[in-house]
Amino acid sequence: MPTRGVGIALAFGGLAFTALLSLAVGARSIPLGDVVEALRGHGEGTRDATIVTDLRVPRTLLGIAAGASLGLAGALMQSLTRNPLADPGLLGINAGAAAAVVIAIGLLGLAGSTAYVWFAFLGAGLAAVAVYMIGAAGRGGATPVRLALAGTAISAALTAVIYGIVLTDPLLLQKYNLWSVGGLSGRGRSELAGVIPFMVMGAVAALLLARSLNALAMGEDSARALGARVGVTRIGGAAAITLLCGAATAAVGPLYFLGLTVPHAARAICGPDVRWVLGYSAVLGAILLLVADVIGRVLVAPEELQAGLMLAFVGAPLFIVIVRKRNIPAL
Amino acid sequence: MIGLVHPRAIVVGGTLLIGCAVLLIVAIGTGEFAMSPGEVLSGLAGSDPAASFIVRDLRLPRALCAVLAGAALGISGAIFQSLTRNPLGSPDIVGFTYGAGVGALVVITVLGGSGTIVSAGALAGGTITALAVYVLAFTRGGVSGHRLVLVGIAISALALALIDFLLARARIEDAQEATRWLLGSLNTRGWEDVWPLLGGFILLAPALAVAGRPLRALELGDDAAHGLGVRVERARLGLVLLSVALVSGVAVAVGPVLFVALTAPQIARRVAHSPGPALVLSALTGAALVLAADVAAQRLVPSTPLPVGVMTGAFGGVYLAWLLARGWRKAAT
Repeated sequence: MPTRGVGIALAFGGLAFTALLSLAVGARSIPLGDVVEALRGHGEGTRDATIVTDLRVPRTLLGIAAGASLGLAGALMQSLTRNPLADPGLLGINAGAAAAVVIAIGLLGLAGSTAYVWFAFLGAGLAAVAVYMIGAAGRGGATPVRLALAGTAISAALTAVIYGIVLTDPLLLQKYNLWSVGGLSGRGRSELAGVIPFMVMGAVAALLLARSLNALAMGEDSARALGARVGVTRIGGAAAITLLCGAATAAVGPLYFLGLTVPHAARAICGPDVRWVLGYSAVLGAILLLVADVIGRVLVAPEELQAGLMLAFVGAPLFIVIVRKRNIPAL
Repeated sequence: MIGLVHPRAIVVGGTLLIGCAVLLIVAIGTGEFAMSPGEVLSGLAGSDPAASFIVRDLRLPRALCAVLAGAALGISGAIFQSLTRNPLGSPDIVGFTYGAGVGALVVITVLGGSGTIVSAGALAGGTITALAVYVLAFTRGGVSGHRLVLVGIAISALALALIDFLLARARIEDAQEATRWLLGSLNTRGWEDVWPLLGGFILLAPALAVAGRPLRALELGDDAAHGLGVRVERARLGLVLLSVALVSGVAVAVGPVLFVALTAPQIARRVAHSPGPALVLSALTGAALVLAADVAAQRLVPSTPLPVGVMTGAFGGVYLAWLLARGWRKAAT
């Protein structure tokens, strides 16, 4: 359908505009013209140019990468589990990554975001498996409600473990409190460099799976009949989700509701075709994170509100709307 | 039938009572200066002045706080679960806990208040949040248990985001104090914390004494309760108020101790094979849980005693996961 093509072109245009906004807006506002000049390499050495190229460009790129990753991960989760409530935060994956990172810092004494990222993967993967196994107990399988509840239980236990560790060390506590509000402020080049390969791997895997996911949407039997390999798709999808969520969480901290919100918006625009949903989710995820970040910078300037906070205010009401509207299968 | 006490319940209750007494002595003996049960007992009796000081002035109030808080949470949880006819309908899950946290944090970090004002903030925050969850979960068909829980998850997430935000902006000392409060801590509790809790219990005692009958009747369904002569709406409102009063009392005195209100009534029901809500057994189980959690929290990392909420949170989260999986497996057969 050509409208979907036009739509995605518009979405990319929106992304470009938000990215420029993210470069221009902040504690020190820089006119768009100067931003463009700085990007073209003019005015080197001036204060504005330094702010743009050294601080805001890495921050914006990180926002695009993390937002796209989480949008993709959310879309993957929702179509893989056919669950409208799936979100990396709500299903305990963020808590798993956070707990593993805290254990790495607090008990094993590791430092540096490249070391964290491996622990974030490990924790994210383990938590996802645990939540899925609890949710899938008994007949009836892993329904949306079950997975959300199991995610809450696992998150609660892991959060207690995290606090048990960070409370023993005031410095670690402060670091954790800063990290645990997910967002882009104070983050940039080094975080991005550590995780970008994993994000790319996850994104490629997600796009390769799109066709099989479309088949899977019609149910397992129909998918098999259509020649999709259900087991491979499931495992590949889980691996891609772990890569995307683990990398994003390691880089920008736990972000809730982005992965929930974006695929719903995407489906509203482009319909149920997973290939388009994935594409739209990636672009819209990047836009949403950047917008949340920019609003957070403007709202209480010269202070900053973290993007994670803004996302919760967008996402939680949407979650409630879905819960109120849909006839979600009972426990 | 209503009003009849099963012999098994008496045996279980007696065992729990003895268990609480033993845990109380162990809890009093736990701390920087470890004491044997014999020393604790002689300290309680007042025969040894040094031991008596440590026991009576320092550790007994803390242990009593644990007992009272646990009992209040157990009863409150039992009422809540019974009214919502849902094992997940606990104050932790409908957002009361985190709402109270937001209220307290706003007072600590934004208004710079302390003491009673923090408690008032917690109470206001918790009540508003619980109310919001209830209203949002309400649709034409009434309030379904699942929707209540799911809306509670969303509102809790919102509250958690606010908490994280307030913590990240707070001064480091404030943040540490606030985090300890958020998890519920018994670390610096003294007699001045015991009296309000005890006073609250005495005030609520008449209500608690008569709460069992309408609660059991309501579990049979509104019509059956009506047939048994219970004024349904009035009874329900009274029970909700009682439950909220108990939880907020604990939130004010020691902070929110996570998951005790969820787990204690469940364990009590299971152990006693009781078909309906068992308020006394839930209270005893809650007291034993908080005492045990506090002992464990102090002994786990001797150099820095952890807040009791860390232990109950970890235990409660795992228990909740088990409870869910078990329920679903059972539903399948």
